[in-house]
Amino acid sequence: MADKIATRQAYGEILPVLGKEYENLVVMDADLSGSTKTSEFRKVFPERFFNMGIAEQNMYAHAAGLALSGKIVCASTFAMFASGRAFEIIRNSIGYTKANVKICATHAGITVGADGASHQTFEDIALMRTIPGMTVICPSDAVSAKKLLRQAVEMDGPCYVRLGRAPVPVYYKEEDEIILGKGGLQRDGKDITIIATGIMVPDAVAAAEALAAEGIDARVIDIHTIKPIDEEIIIKAAEETGAIVTAEEHSIIGGLGDAVAQVVVKNCPVKMAMVGQKDCFGESGQPDELRAKYGMTAADIVAAAKSLL
Amino acid sequence: MNIKELEMKATEVRCGIIRSTHAAGSGHPGGSLSSADIVTALYFDEMNIDPADPKMKGRDKLILSKGHVAPAQYAALAERGFFPKEELLTLRKLGARLQGHPNMEYVPGVEMSTGSLGQGFATAAGMAIANKLDKDPGRVYALLGDGELQEGIIWETTMSSSHYKLDNLVAIVDHNGLQIDGPNDEVMTVMPIADKFQAFGWNVIVIDGHDMEQILDAFKQARTCEGRPTAIIAETTKGKGVSFMEGDAGWHGKAANDEQTEQALAELDQLLQEQKKALEV
Repeated sequence: MADKIATRQAYGEILPVLGKEYENLVVMDADLSGSTKTSEFRKVFPERFFNMGIAEQNMYAHAAGLALSGKIVCASTFAMFASGRAFEIIRNSIGYTKANVKICATHAGITVGADGASHQTFEDIALMRTIPGMTVICPSDAVSAKKLLRQAVEMDGPCYVRLGRAPVPVYYKEEDEIILGKGGLQRDGKDITIIATGIMVPDAVAAAEALAAEGIDARVIDIHTIKPIDEEIIIKAAEETGAIVTAEEHSIIGGLGDAVAQVVVKNCPVKMAMVGQKDCFGESGQPDELRAKYGMTAADIVAAAKSLL
Repeated sequence: MNIKELEMKATEVRCGIIRSTHAAGSGHPGGSLSSADIVTALYFDEMNIDPADPKMKGRDKLILSKGHVAPAQYAALAERGFFPKEELLTLRKLGARLQGHPNMEYVPGVEMSTGSLGQGFATAAGMAIANKLDKDPGRVYALLGDGELQEGIIWETTMSSSHYKLDNLVAIVDHNGLQIDGPNDEVMTVMPIADKFQAFGWNVIVIDGHDMEQILDAFKQARTCEGRPTAIIAETTKGKGVSFMEGDAGWHGKAANDEQTEQALAELDQLLQEQKKALEV
């Protein structure tokens, strides 16, 4: 876990590879191609790259039109503007029509850092998972991002892929199997389960190790696909460990925590605690400072786990 | 079809609009009637389509960006043979294919699910880009309302379509001057429409949207325009063809009752008889 790579960087690397394999892959951006890394695709396939200017709504509606004409479309901007500003267009022109658009949104969450609250979205998972038929993916590192992006492009239908700005540890190994729609068991345990998504996954493992030192045996699961969610792995964890902590770089309202809670209360109610952005906006700062201040670290997961035991 | 036959077909489309919205007990007859001539011209003359093969490669597409005038599109599609005319009476009913606003999955010939204003235009432009990429000869037509021009995305699309030189895209503005809350220019000024499109680099043609010859000519002109998209500003009358609906914003979103329907159909039938006679002469 020495290297640190941003998941948006992984996106930029896999795009030209997929572009070579899929001649009908088209990439769109809204004047942020250097930041979202779609510029890597533009360099290789300029004729299949469309910069739509600073007009996110227009971009996603165009993406729908292109997809409904047989293209696979990866359309990118910051997560705030993709999920927020363009929400209704994504809902009506992409979701309702089942258009084959991959909304690859970068700069999600608090780790946007210094840009501050206007650009730190904690609502995108919540918004996207309410759209019928929308697959919602939140990779934890560069390796899983590439593997999941490939599967998103391979499947037919709308996907939201949540990517980050800040470099994060490369947690997975190339040989690890990561399957869209399947939760990944990272560490077995019997006392409690930590279910994490995105960049909180390595922190969940670190938290489990800290708990182990205190004699608490924590299971860790990576839910990289928040919708459709892997109910089986969650129910099993609830039944076998009796308590669940969720961890996400997203609001505790409407995100992974709520998605897991829905499965748990219907099937095997157990105590839960949610680690994530509380019901408040962020601020400018360095990613690590912000994660500490707003309670999204391994230490926060440890504290949440102890509160349940 | 010649001009006279197309005019007659437009009257039949208007009958379909009245019958279907009456059967539904709701819907948008005003704007459907104002766009009936344009929609008829597209489906019966201008567009390369095949009712037997609705997904035909290389076909032209009409995107109803003003999705609330679905009754006009449905009536024209039924007249054109995409589905049985009797089905028009199922409009807006539970389990029916004919949703209040068009759904592309259910209805053969409907190319895009619309209803939320502004989006159909942008998706149409996306389809036009796809056709350019594929060297597909199909042209894309987007029918817009004048009130719809108040949506910001309309001008984003106007800008980007010009930027990408989409000469395979035609926007038709059904300029009947009225929207739900009243005249456009009382609600939110949209004029001058032609100047706005021109300023964005579009080829602009202003026509009488109820004059079949002018409509066909405009589409022909659009085909000869290279390197930029065409906007056809069609001056129309809301509720056109039904005397008591003409020029009344109140008929934007409500259906006629039994008695009004009888009167509307009688008027349209009389027009149809006159058009038939004129055809025989």
